[in-house]
Formats: sequence, C-alpha cells, structure tokens
Amino acid sequence: MTCCTPPAEPGSLDPLRDAILSRLSAFALLLRNHGFVIGLQESVDAAKLAGWLAMDRPAVQRAAFKALFCSRLSDWKQFDELFNSYWLGRGMKKVMRVGGSLATSTRPNSPVSAGRDSGQIGSSELGEEVSNPSGEETEDGATGKSEGASRSEITSVTDFRKIADPHELEKAHAAAERFARAMRARLTRRERARSRGRRIDLRATIRRNVGVGGIPIKLRFRQPKPKPLRLVVLLDASGSMQMYTAVFIRFIHGILDNFRQAEAFVFHTRLAHISSAMKEKNATRALERMSLMTQGVGGGTRIGECLATFNKWHAKRVLNSRSCVMILSDGYDTGAPDVLASELKRLRQRCRRIAWLNPMMGWDGYRPDAKAMQAALPYLDLFAPAHNLESLEALEPYLARL
Amino acid sequence: MTMNLPELSLKLADAGYVADRELAMALHLMELLQRPLLLEGEAGVGKTEVAKALADVHGTTLIRLQCYEGLDRAESLYEWNYQRQLLAIQARTASGISVSEDDIFSERFLLERPLLQAIRQERPPVLLIDEIDRADEEFEAFLLELLSDYQVTIPEFGTIKARSIPYVVLTSNATREISDALRRRCLYHYVDYPNVEREAAILQRRLPAIGASFALQIARVLEKIRKEDLRKVPGVAETLDWAAALIGLEIKDLKSDPEAVFDTMMCLLKTQEDKSRFTREVAERLLGKVA
Repeated sequence: MTCCTPPAEPGSLDPLRDAILSRLSAFALLLRNHGFVIGLQESVDAAKLAGWLAMDRPAVQRAAFKALFCSRLSDWKQFDELFNSYWLGRGMKKVMRVGGSLATSTRPNSPVSAGRDSGQIGSSELGEEVSNPSGEETEDGATGKSEGASRSEITSVTDFRKIADPHELEKAHAAAERFARAMRARLTRRERARSRGRRIDLRATIRRNVGVGGIPIKLRFRQPKPKPLRLVVLLDASGSMQMYTAVFIRFIHGILDNFRQAEAFVFHTRLAHISSAMKEKNATRALERMSLMTQGVGGGTRIGECLATFNKWHAKRVLNSRSCVMILSDGYDTGAPDVLASELKRLRQRCRRIAWLNPMMGWDGYRPDAKAMQAALPYLDLFAPAHNLESLEALEPYLARL
Repeated sequence: MTMNLPELSLKLADAGYVADRELAMALHLMELLQRPLLLEGEAGVGKTEVAKALADVHGTTLIRLQCYEGLDRAESLYEWNYQRQLLAIQARTASGISVSEDDIFSERFLLERPLLQAIRQERPPVLLIDEIDRADEEFEAFLLELLSDYQVTIPEFGTIKARSIPYVVLTSNATREISDALRRRCLYHYVDYPNVEREAAILQRRLPAIGASFALQIARVLEKIRKEDLRKVPGVAETLDWAAALIGLEIKDLKSDPEAVFDTMMCLLKTQEDKSRFTREVAERLLGKVA
C-alpha cells in the first residue's frame, strides 16, 4: 500500500490549498483503512476535482468523491457515513468503532496527524478518533508459530480434538493446509488433461494456411476449455465445533490462497464472507483478519437462516453450474429443520454438488440423529466424516470426479 | 467542450433518463477525468439505459459490446477477413500479379470489432461494455490495458492510437467478482431501485399518457412489492411494462378494476414460485396499503 499525497507543488505559497490537499490525502488514507482500493491516480484526480468543482457545497463534493473513490457495493454503502464524519463531523461514534477494528496493523500515522494540524478546514476531530483504534483483541485460534522440534509424529488418523500439545496442533494445522494446497493443484491438473470432443476449427485453419495459398496443410483444432471446479466452503464456527474450527480454517486457507475460484464463509448465528481475509498469504494474519470480520457472533447455530442469507445474497455471485458447496458442520442447529431443508433444496438447484462434512461422524457410535441432519440428508450428495487428516484426504477423489 | 452539471442533468432528462444527483455527477466526472464508469446493480434497474441516454446527451453513437464467457480479442477487437484475403490472393495469382504481404494485411481486410471501432471514431462515441462479469478474467486484463493506453497493436499492421477517447460505460450484474485493478480504474456508481418519486418521474417521462397521480400510485405499489420476499424483484423495465399494460386497458386508477389490475400484475413476476406466492389476497393487501 503506497501512502500518497496529492501533488502539492513544492514550496506552494497558498496555505489554504496545502491544507486542503493534506486533508484530502488523510481522507484517502482513512478510506484505504476501510478497505477501499485507492491508488495514487485517484488521489491526484481528487485533488484536481477539488480545484474544478464548487467544493464549498458538501453535497457536490460527496457525490464527486463517491464516484471516484468507491469501487464496489460495500464501499458505496459506507461512503456517506465516512464522508460525513470526516468532513462534516457527524456520526463519529459509529465510524470510530469501524475504524478501530480495521486500522490495527498497517497504519502509517503521519498523514492523519497532518490532517489534524490543519484544523481550520472542516472538523478535525475525526482524524484523532480514527487514529486511536479501540484495540480489539483478536481471538486467537491456536495458530501460534511453532518453530520448535517435536519428536512424536502425529499420524493422519489422529482425531483433531485429541491433539492437545500446541506444537502438535500447529503441525496438524500446517498439514491440513499443505494437503489443501496439494489437492488444489492436483485437481487443476486433472481438469486440463481431460480434453475430449476435438473438432476442426475451420477459421483458424484457413488463417494458418493463408501463407500457402489457402491449401489446408496444417489443421487447427478446437477443444473445450477446461473450467476449473469452483469450491465454496461454508464453515460452522459455533461452540460445538470449537475443537475443529481452527484446523478447518487452515484447510480453507490452503484452498483459497492464490486460488481464484474458491470462496469461503463462516457462520453460526449469522453468515460472514471471509474470502478476502483468507487470501492473505500469511496464515496468522489471515486468521487475525478473519476473526475481526466475524466478531460479535455467538450463541447457538442457525444453519438454515445462514443458508438463506447465503442463497439470497451470495449464491448468484459465487455459484455456477460447476460449483461444489462444502458445508463443514456438526449439524446441531438451533433453528427450525424445515428452514434448513428448504434452503438446501434451493441451494441444490444452483450448484452441482453439496458435500456435508461432519466431524462427529468420526466418533464411535455416531448416527446422524439430530433433526437438522435428518432434514438435510435428502439433499446431500456426500455426507462424510472430517475429523482427521485421512478423512480430508479421502475427499479428493470425490472432488476430482465433478 | 465539457458541459456543467446542471446542464448535463437537464439533457439527461430530455433524453428520457431521470438521474439522481450522484449519477449525474458520475457522468460529469467521466468527462472531466476521462475515466470509464462502472455501473453495478440488480438486473432491470436501468444500467444499460444510462449508456443510451449518455449517447443521446452527447449526440454521439453508441457502440455496444455484449460480454459472454469465452469472449476473446477476435470477437471484441479486430479480426482479419481471411476469406477475402484468400480470394484476393487467388485472384491475383491467377492473373499473374505478385502478392505482397502489405496488400494482404491492409485496411481493406481488417474487420473492426466494437472496441477497435470505438477508438477509431472522429467524434468520441459511448462505448458500452455490457455485463463485464460474464467475460473471462483474461479478457478483463486485456480490457484494462486498452482502457489505460487507448491504443491497440496489431502485429501485421502496426499500432493504432485512439482518435478520440470514448465514454466507456461498463455494467456488471455481479455474477463474478471483478478484479480490483479494473475497479480502481473506473468511476463507480451503484444503480439502486428508484425511490417512489423517481420511479413516478420515470413513468411520466416514458409514458406521457400516464397522469401524475396514477404514476405515483403505481410507484407506491412497486415500492411495496419490492419489499415482499420475491425471488426475482421487479425492476424498472417491469414497472414500465405493467404501466403500459394498464394504459392499454384504459385503466386510470388502480382501485377502479381490481380484477384487471391483478391479472396485469403478472407482468411484474417472472418465476413460477413468485407467481404462486403472489395470491389475490397479497395483491389486495398491497393495493389496500397504497390506497
């Protein structure tokens, strides 16, 4: 992330202009901390705009900056509030909270303080509010770095919940992630090798043979472009899944990292989209970002309602006919089972496969008796255990066949 | 010549598009900053209409590129007319004239596709790249390159620089996430369902036969319908269809003929599930609220 200042000519004699520019760059920084994608060019254009438009009218200014700085719906929705609080000093409390949760790690503080110094234009309190993040703690999911060597080997059949030693646990997590990556790569290769249905491409053949007067000597073919499988993971992060959540998160991280055609969501009482956090290369940082995104949820699991949210808001975007939805949950739902059933039915129409991985299935004597599980079973293509590495590995051939 | 903001809003209204202030500003900035505009929003809120209105406002042509999965450079940018090239070669060899490469790869044999066409106009056209989210990532990357340099290199022919910078409007239905790079390059506007006043204004603008109070009545019903739990929420296009149907049946008030109103309401619903859910009672309840 580059920290940029709009182009103030060095030694500019106009203090008002300088002040506006520094306020502007502080504003750009505030937006970046809220997840806006703003480059140098945008700041430069904003500075130009400040000169061109009648910037004394906030409504004009807001509309102009909104078009320029926003680049997605989430930006669009929070822009007005951020703008009002920064330039007009309204609604600061709320923004302070949002700002605090996001601004923890990357925060060069100079531009904000520059904004504070030029207090004569607009309200300056906000810069201060935002620069003092309320410092929310990140709930750590046992991902402390372990460099230490450990003699004992964890085998791939050990149940995740029986691993107590943090070093061992870290190794299990790393293994899950490694395995996810390997699976991803293998899946993609297999896709490419599968090329059936070749036919001659007439246009390309003529094109290729223009040099020899159009006599088709070298033939060109067409073959269907292999489309990679799209994987959508929905992870249950409720209390009953606690023992497994951390390792599944690492598994998801492995799948998502650098891979475009995968999305991940976490749910318990509500649904959170965590793909952007999971695409962070560093696993610990990814976890931190994710825990910030999913904060404030807890108490009971409403699988059906979360699926409804997913169907309503995300399904259209993340699912296509070659998608596999993977639900990682123990199936203890506090919501109504018929909601779950109808939502699964709806989901079923949108994707190719639904796989439900249940860690409880690895336990001796477990039977899917929970009401939710009973309601869900008719709509599932795969209902499999996921309590150790071996069970995760067993999934791969299934996914490769899609 | 850039027009100022009030002037632009007026002209948009003349062109039949009722824009809110933010959209007018975004269109104004397009011209000022020479940046493309990315429009997002649900299907049927009038994203494509924006481009058409913009072309009207500037009195220029609209060039449209509809994206789909597998769209490539040959379909979007340029292609050589191989058949003609081949014929030319054979005709010349038959009459004993030697064929040079320059003859074959010349303007005559170049097929312009929308993107190339757009940058070769004397007068900046409006280039509408519709449903960019349906195209592949590769195409998106290529588009990004074109939108930053406004020049195209054709290996056999040379580099073609833009004669004028077109007004580029991209639309997306969010079936796929668009890259940050492209988003950053563009101005952004989220086209939402219009509020009651705007929808009534749109109805009056498009269907002059409709009265002010009837337009308002329809817009209010639509506001209520959009709050129902429907799978496919009716857009502005559906509203216009419904209003046109009502006018065709010479209905001037929603309360005058509940039977016909209910039957025509089916214009608004596009799936079987919605239709079965939208019973007579629901319709009466909604109409009752508005009255």
